[in-house]
Order: sequence, then structure tokens, then C-alpha cells
Amino acid sequence: MTQAPHPPPPTGSAPPGHGDLAALAARHGLTVSGARPPLAAYVRLLWARRHFIAAFSTAKLTAQYSQARLGQVWQVMTPLLNAAVYYLIFGVLLGTRRGVPDYVPFLVTGVFVWTFTQSSILAGTRAISGNLGLVRALHFPRAALPISFCLQQLQQLLFSMCALVVILLAFGVPVAFSWALALPALALQFTFNAGVSMVMARMGARTPDIAQLMPFVLRTWMYVSGVMWSIDNLAGKHTGWPSWVLPVLQANPAAVYIDLMRFALIDSFGADRLPQHVWALAAGWALLAGAGGFVYFWKAEETYGRG
Amino acid sequence: MAEHPNPQHPAPASGGGAIPTVVADGVDVVYRVNGTGAGRGSATAALHRILRRGPAERTAGVRTVHAVRDVSFVAYKGEAIGLVGTNGSGKSTLLKAVAGLLPVERGRIFTDGQPSLLGVNAALMNDLTGERNVHLGGLAMGMSREQIRARHQEIVDFSGINEKGDFITLPMRTYSSGMAARLRFSIAAAKDHDVLLVDEALATGDRSFQKRSEARIRELRKHAGTVFLVSHNNKSIRDTCERVLWLERGELRMDGPTDDVLKEYESFTGGKGAGPKPAAGPKPTPEVRPGEGAGRVPS
Repeated sequence: MTQAPHPPPPTGSAPPGHGDLAALAARHGLTVSGARPPLAAYVRLLWARRHFIAAFSTAKLTAQYSQARLGQVWQVMTPLLNAAVYYLIFGVLLGTRRGVPDYVPFLVTGVFVWTFTQSSILAGTRAISGNLGLVRALHFPRAALPISFCLQQLQQLLFSMCALVVILLAFGVPVAFSWALALPALALQFTFNAGVSMVMARMGARTPDIAQLMPFVLRTWMYVSGVMWSIDNLAGKHTGWPSWVLPVLQANPAAVYIDLMRFALIDSFGADRLPQHVWALAAGWALLAGAGGFVYFWKAEETYGRG
Repeated sequence: MAEHPNPQHPAPASGGGAIPTVVADGVDVVYRVNGTGAGRGSATAALHRILRRGPAERTAGVRTVHAVRDVSFVAYKGEAIGLVGTNGSGKSTLLKAVAGLLPVERGRIFTDGQPSLLGVNAALMNDLTGERNVHLGGLAMGMSREQIRARHQEIVDFSGINEKGDFITLPMRTYSSGMAARLRFSIAAAKDHDVLLVDEALATGDRSFQKRSEARIRELRKHAGTVFLVSHNNKSIRDTCERVLWLERGELRMDGPTDDVLKEYESFTGGKGAGPKPAAGPKPTPEVRPGEGAGRVPS
């Protein structure tokens, strides 16, 4: 900042009192700039920006690998390589595959479904704090950002699902009508992810440090969610567990969505391995996180972008 | 200062029934910067701050920058208002606050409709083609897909990107900085706004593109209710604006007709910001400290 050695004297008359200006604005029907719209209006604004949300997420996805020689092939390669690493460590070295029928489809489904939740939440944490330039330059309901990042992850998951179908067929899992159940399961999981992302986006906007902490939280969550091992198998081995441990592990939203997807896709993963009222659980988590996260995010709408 | 209603003001619109479009009422904008407190950087200092929770916790690690102080003004329909001031005087911050993009600390800003900042840079992605960026930028500004489709060719032609070959289908990272700036301006200027806020946009591109963009700004002004223009180029302020706000260290120093304010401003800055030509270097004059000149080179 340059210094003013001799500030010129202020000119003009004294500024009008604050009341005058507010009254003038009220008389001409002006509204406060940057005020938070009511919830219903906010939903309408968001709906009006649906094309932006979709275009932004697709653009992010395309830009991700545009410099790589193999380009969009990485969309499928990355999840496959991930699954291969987990197979090597957990399936072969640690031997968690014992007692789990169709272990490879079981593992790969778990990894893909979990990655969807994990990367949605990670992206959501940085949705506002990592895009301050956008937030400070353009007008749009800020919820568009976390939702758009979740949509990007959903698109990424759809690529992974294509790879998953190939793996399923290669390991002799038959095509079944139950595969259609994957769609409602994905819809519920997306709603859940978007809700949690919005909660994290608000927290990350206020305290960017949370982004440093999230990988550890998420890794812990992954290990208790039965991504690479079967929860009911483990409970069978540890008969000394208190009776509440198994239901709590199974009610964990990540475990619910993973098991639903396995139930839908893998024929040897029967309904007996699902917790009771699994669809109610899945819908309940989606509703709780989705609606709660949205309202929580909206409550701080006008503060996003403060430096 | 904000004189309303003031007969000596450039008559807004039809003279009689002046309609205010932007009312700033004692506005303060404060930036909070994390991690500039004393001893930041050393882990022990950070730990110390965390351990000493309490009322002082907020102020300990966070420094505040008071960018705009108690600014009040009324802008009317049909006005084009220039904002001048030395670097870091709070011009861009004030624009962002008017646009509702930065929350105000004190006071309030009332607006008619939604003021928009001219610029879509942040929404564009260098790895995407120019074409897709036109689409994305348009959507980011709130245009509908039909509007974008209708304007697409116009935007591409205006930017002149395709004058030297089929560049619009190449990723933006392959553009020269001038080409990218031209495309950004073309996208941003494709939408009509109620209240338009322009921050130094006229300085992009080569001479012929500058002329085209000045013409486009004038056109936008016709459609827009009110235009705010931030520039270090006093000539473009003279050409476009009839009223000027002068900010210095976040305070509104002067508000009045362009000629009056710019005369004062130029004598304050040593008159070197007057022309479109950049000052050759810091010429020590009695009023200006050495080094001041470099800060005001029209960018």
C-alpha cells in the first residue's frame, strides 16, 4: 500500500446519516447485497443452476487426466490399480479372503463404493476453501460447489462400475435382475455423500485445517466399514464381542451402502448377510445427511468467501 | 462525500426522478488473514496459540486488514462511476462488497437486482478447450444453455481467437496470455447486467482488442443500469465515467464529477497517472515519495 504523505482535506458536505441512506434504499425497494435467501428461494436458485453444476463437474472430470498420455483411460485404470493393491495386501498377504466367497468381486465392489464416499467427502471439505477465487468472483448458490464435486465423483464411480462389470463377469458372477438394485442404492449413497460434503464444506470454509485432518478420519472409517473384510465373518470369529458391536458396525452408513451394492451385484452375497431393515437404514442416513447437511450449509451461505 | 440529492452531480438519467441502484451505507470490509501472527511458522508458536484458548484465541493468530472504512455513497441509474486510488486503497474490495461477494463487517450495501463483477476467470479451466470454456463460463454467469448457444459464435468472433487458425478447439493452456485474456473478456462481456462492475478489464489484449472492448463496455453500459469501473488508466476513466469515487487507504476521499476528482487525484499522485502512457520511472517530485511512481503504472 502506498503511503499518502499529505492527504488532501476531505471535500464536500458531511455524509448523510445512516438512517437516511437505509430509508432511501427502502423507499426504492433495494435489497441488501449478498444477503442469504430464504431456504425455498435458495432451492429454486440451486435448481436454476443445475446445468452449471453438471457442466462444472464434467469439466473437472475431463480436465483431471487431460495432460496424461492415456487420457481418460485413467478413469478406469486408477480404481482398478487401487483394487489390485488392496487385493495384494488384504487378500493375499493378510488372508482376509478366507471364508469370503467371490472375494475379488467382494473386495472390488467394496473399494469402489467406499472410494465414492471418501473422495466426495474429501472434495467437499475443500469445496469452498479451495475455490475462493470462484466464490469471490461469481454469484451462484454456494451449495452448487460441494454438490458439483460429489457429482464429479459419481461420474467417476460410473466409470469404475464399467470396470466392475467386467470383473464380475470374469469371475463368473451371473447377470441378475438384482443388479437393478444398484441404482436406488447409488442414489441414496449420493444423497448421503452430498449431505456430508456440505457439512464438511462449511466446516472447511471456516477452519481449513480440517482438510489436513480428514484423511486420517476417513482412513479410520474405512477400516471399520468392512471394505476389505466381511463384518459378519469377523463377528463370527470374535464370539466374545459384546452384542451391540455387530449391529453398530453394520449400521455404519458406509457399511450399509457397501453391503447393499454387494447384495445387488454378487449372487453369493445373500440377504442373510445384510443387517435388518437395510433399505430403511440406507434411506434414513441419506435423508438425515442430505437434508441436515443442506440446511447446515445454507445457514452460513453469506459468510462463504470471507478471507 | 455521498451527496444525495445533489444538484451539482452529473444529472442521472432524466434529471428529476433519480433512481438509486446502489446504496452503500457506512460500509467497512475487513479481511482476516490466518497465520500471520507473531511467531507463526514455528510449530511451538502455533501450539502455544492452540493451548492458550480463550477470548484472546481469535486475535492471537489472526491478523485483520481493514480494507474499506466507513464508505457511503449512492449510485443512480444511468451513471458510470469510476473508482480511483493508489494500489491497495480498497477499490477492488469495495467492488466485491457491492457485488455481495465479500461480506461487510459493518454497514450495509443495498442494491437493485444483482450487481455482477465482469470476469469469469475463476470458473474457466485451462485444460479444457476454448469452446467448452465458453459454455462453462456462460453457465457460471447464470446464462441459460439456449442463451449460450445463441451467443456462442458472437463470443468466439469477438475474442478474435480464430483469426489465426482454429484455436477455439484447443485447450486454453495452449493460448498465449493475450489470447486467453481476450477470450475471458469476451465470455464475461457476453451477458447483460443490471449493475455492472468492471475491474481493470480494459487493459487486456492488443490495441485493436482494447478498442473493441471499450466499445463493448459502452454498449453494456447502455443496457446496464449503472456501471462501476476500476482503472489506473485515468484516460479510460475520463472516456467512460462522469462521476468518480476516490478511495485512499480504504476511505472515501472524494466523490464528484470526473474532472474535479481526477484533478485532485492527479495532483495527489504527481500527475503521472494522467496519460495512457506508463510512467517511465519514479521521478522524485515534492509530493511523491521515491518509488511511488512504480506503483501506479497503468496495468
